[in-house]
Amino acid sequence: MHTFEFIRPKDPAGAVAAAAQAKTAQQGAEVRFLAGGTTLLDLMKLNVEIPAELIDINRLPLDKIEATPDGGLNIGATVRNTDLAHHHIVQRDYSVLSQAILAGASAQLRNMATTAGNLLQRTRCMYFRDAAMACNKRERGTGCSAITGSNRGLAILGTSEHCIATNPSDMCVAMAALEATIHVQGPKGSRAIPFGEFHLLPGNTPQRETVLEPGDLITHVTLPPPIAGSKQVYLKLRDRASYEFALASAAVVMTIAGSNVTRARIALGGVGTKPWRSSEAEAALVGQPANQATFRKTAEAALRDARPQSENKFKVELAKRCLAHALQMATA
Amino acid sequence: MQEPDNFEIDRRELLIVGAANVAATATPTIALSQASATATPIVTGAPVISRVSLNVNGAVREIELDARTTLLDALREHLHLTGTKKGCDHGQCGACTVHINGRRVNSCLTLAVMHDGDAITTIEGLGTPDALHRMQAAFVEHDGYQCGYCTSGQIMSAVALLKEPCGPNDADVKELMSGNICRCGAYPNIVAAIQQVRKD
Repeated sequence: MHTFEFIRPKDPAGAVAAAAQAKTAQQGAEVRFLAGGTTLLDLMKLNVEIPAELIDINRLPLDKIEATPDGGLNIGATVRNTDLAHHHIVQRDYSVLSQAILAGASAQLRNMATTAGNLLQRTRCMYFRDAAMACNKRERGTGCSAITGSNRGLAILGTSEHCIATNPSDMCVAMAALEATIHVQGPKGSRAIPFGEFHLLPGNTPQRETVLEPGDLITHVTLPPPIAGSKQVYLKLRDRASYEFALASAAVVMTIAGSNVTRARIALGGVGTKPWRSSEAEAALVGQPANQATFRKTAEAALRDARPQSENKFKVELAKRCLAHALQMATA
Repeated sequence: MQEPDNFEIDRRELLIVGAANVAATATPTIALSQASATATPIVTGAPVISRVSLNVNGAVREIELDARTTLLDALREHLHLTGTKKGCDHGQCGACTVHINGRRVNSCLTLAVMHDGDAITTIEGLGTPDALHRMQAAFVEHDGYQCGYCTSGQIMSAVALLKEPCGPNDADVKELMSGNICRCGAYPNIVAAIQQVRKD
């Protein structure tokens, strides 16, 4: 691991000012905020991340979960994944988020990992994690080893000719379906970013994964008021029963009146280059009878634009069955 | 027997050269600063070693270390508490599991300097050979190990699990113990040991 300066700011403004000196907040950033460390320190040991400064934000007052005046929920940046998953309001009103978090990582890692850190979780693509391999995301212009290499676990939605890396987060899939908002304090002030606008598709710039700029500190995430009567399911399919990243996952927030679906929010994990909200699936589902035929059509719509690689054609059908089954579970 | 001697000499020279290279190139520039509101980083050319105070198994330990030092390496290499094991060093195996302020974590994925003032519990703090923690005794009774390398991490995880929300079934225990890998495959006995302690 390369050397770094370790800085512990007194307040969020101090953290923002220290980080604002960096040239980028994306891959290769010279300054990194350090929260749980479960991604960052891992990648620093691999020389994938080589920051010259680490800004420890763990002792800043960003670790609260509070109800908002409008009936939503305010989740601090450094709230640990364990505490978020077990919070009574989350379990009662946003159970898809609790289910998603508890489907990821291990108990030890969830005790360390934070809300903001999970938003910025990096891909598990083996070529990104191996500094000896070509990777456009890690080192721009070097090429993508995965497209012609081992790509079984990689993305089938949102890919480009330069990058097919999967976003590995479970938490983010649930937050996409819950229409969360990400709040950032930056050198020019504070702003709120709708969840769907936070992560970027790889396109020609796979090294850019989010809209964050130097000095931007995620302070908290807000969830809108819960949808009354909604059924919420997170279903994750993987190679082993626990402690494994998703091959495909689905987050469903759905309301049914009579026999018809009246409202639906759907997002997929394990298949996209970012947490994959599917407006196509939602459009295919709303207003239709809540039955298996509808759910299959919904799944077909969600995967219509899938572009599998040499080793992951199975993911197209797997993701369809995952979503259809999640919808079926939500009607139970 | 000439070849082994030559090899020994070559190897020794190699080690000396290696040490010289380390001395010439390693110029750590770590500064643990209590940054002000403007948080101007302390830039120094000279090596700066951080001082950290850890409460380890009930005793306050002041240590000076390179800021890159993980909590795992601080425990093993600085405090010589070698009961905590290094397996993968990437948060994937659980051998390094310790408690920080009562919660189980992977000590390989956190820096010691992040834990100034925190309370750390390691396997050495659980029990003694004459007075085992009940989880240690249950692992002995149920033969919850073979080679033993993962065992301290398994036990630290299992002790923390006792205070966590966990259903009554073996499947619930397996799910919450999935962050601890046992290459020998002692899983059935580990689950039995944990279930016995939970029922007692």
